[in-house]
Amino acid sequence: MKKQAILALALMAAGLVSVRSEAAEVSRAVLLGYTCAGCHGTNGNSEGPATPSLAGASKDYLIDAMQEYKSGERASTIMGRIARGYSREDIEQLAEFFSKQKFVPAQGQEADPALAKKGARLHDKYCEKCHADGGTSSEDDAGILAGQWTPYLRYTLADMMAGKSHAPKKMKKRLKKMHKKAGDAGIEHLIHYYASRK
Amino acid sequence: MNSLTRRSFLRFGGLASVAALAPGFASFAIGGASRKVVVVGGGIGGATAAKYLRLMDSSIEVTLIEANKDYYTCFMSNEVLGGERSIDSIQFDYSGLKARGVNIVHDRVTAIDPDRRVVRTRGGQSFGYDRCIVSPGVDFRWDAIEGYDAQVAKKIPHAWKAGSQTRILRRQIEAMRDGGTVLIAPPANPYRCPPAPYDRVSQIAYYLKKHKPRSKIIILDPKDRFSKFDLFLDGWKRYYGYGTDDSMITWVSGAAGGSIESLDVKNMTIQADVESFRGDVINIIPPQKAGRIAFQAGLTNEQGWCPIDFRSFESTLQPKIHVIGDSALASPMPKGGYVANTAAKVCAAAIVADFNGSRAPQPSWINSCYSTLAPGDAISAVTIYAYRNGRIVKVEGSGGLTPLKFDAAMRAREAQYAHSWFNNITADVFG
Repeated sequence: MKKQAILALALMAAGLVSVRSEAAEVSRAVLLGYTCAGCHGTNGNSEGPATPSLAGASKDYLIDAMQEYKSGERASTIMGRIARGYSREDIEQLAEFFSKQKFVPAQGQEADPALAKKGARLHDKYCEKCHADGGTSSEDDAGILAGQWTPYLRYTLADMMAGKSHAPKKMKKRLKKMHKKAGDAGIEHLIHYYASRK
Repeated sequence: MNSLTRRSFLRFGGLASVAALAPGFASFAIGGASRKVVVVGGGIGGATAAKYLRLMDSSIEVTLIEANKDYYTCFMSNEVLGGERSIDSIQFDYSGLKARGVNIVHDRVTAIDPDRRVVRTRGGQSFGYDRCIVSPGVDFRWDAIEGYDAQVAKKIPHAWKAGSQTRILRRQIEAMRDGGTVLIAPPANPYRCPPAPYDRVSQIAYYLKKHKPRSKIIILDPKDRFSKFDLFLDGWKRYYGYGTDDSMITWVSGAAGGSIESLDVKNMTIQADVESFRGDVINIIPPQKAGRIAFQAGLTNEQGWCPIDFRSFESTLQPKIHVIGDSALASPMPKGGYVANTAAKVCAAAIVADFNGSRAPQPSWINSCYSTLAPGDAISAVTIYAYRNGRIVKVEGSGGLTPLKFDAAMRAREAQYAHSWFNNITADVFG
């Protein structure tokens, strides 16, 4: 290895070869990720208006989501049918790929500043503990909310509230509390807040 | 071309440490391997392949040759026919690919020479290649229907390649009187985008219901069943009175005499198996075959499609030439945009692996496809495909159709996702 490295340096110094930064071997994980682009955007950043961006989400979050689609614990129009086409290993590779991509916030979504302000307060009180930094963080396997496509957020929250989709116990409790206090309007305020975060 | 990948560099380093003292080594290092890919055809397959070759390995020199300056997507062109979408919104140019370092040439390919590995154009240019990707879309079998050919199609549009043909059909539907009849004649399988004729029927029916409610659509079909059959029929019942005496839509199946034999343009009449039908607007979607250049290059079989190796999409008839998109024989995958998009990526990955002496990843493909019954009410079909024992197979238990029992709210979500599909796939192909 050391010998090769020295030779490599020597060749570079002689201007015979140059090393590119891209890795030119396409792994199965990368290929799998690329096949999703027609709906979720190149490298998992969706053009909208509804399909969520996957880029930058945590690996475990993505694995859980896919497994829940597969088992039907998460409601969906089409994702259940898709998730059942992938093995556990495939799903791990897909999650690996998307978790490594940089999240680009959705562009051009309208947000009412007054409603977003109300949403910010609700977020701080009920959501921030897990969806940290105003919903921008994917740490602790939280979904990225800020800059996500809002129809998707609406559908997901509605399905969780209706018990059609699994929600973590803590989230269920907090969501219920928030809803008791602020009603359906509260959900809209949150959505305006996440849409306002670019 | 003397740049090497990190991986092949190391590999090469290993080889070089043995060969370092051998004479002639230096020229080997300087010469390197040529990495030229010429892509013929800038539709969904070709444009995707060009972009992803560059994304996967930027040392590859990619030239895309396409006759037209702009591409109009076939998908969502039915929304243009129904008046729900502008034609500009399905128009894309090649500036995005150019920005990714793809050499764009607007010219018509007249010949591919597999022996010399050269692509020649009408403009007199020639392009050498190490690998060629041919993505010519479909061509029409003009000899299939008496009285219907490329010339007649200017008046009786097929609108199965979007653009001017879409405009003609839209104008005719707009100009039609209330109470007029639209005849739509889909082909037998296989053809580009199996559910699209019925999506078209739905979109035109929606327009007519709103603007010319006494009008009728008659489908003259050689088939006895079609893609998303139960879902379309259910939608037509809910919106257009299908199955009642007052139905806007009549479907004449193959068994009921729906196969068409000839067209009489002067009398605007189609002669079908049993009887003849008069239309105020006639849309014939002729039977199809691989694009013209595939025949010239010796890439087609007796049925007029291109047999390929499923792992790389390399032609089994001509080495170093890959065929993707609707011309390729990739059964059980249907011919359509999403398949062309994922197949282009599998093909590009195989070429990158070949250039770098690395292993190509195990292929995976998706077909996902949305159709619209009425604005805000869409249905989908999806399948995941895998490569097993040299074949493409549907992954057991995956995919399927929108459940018939989906309520209006779920259908509305599907409509939102249909438009997301369009925005994302077009950005993925041309952006």
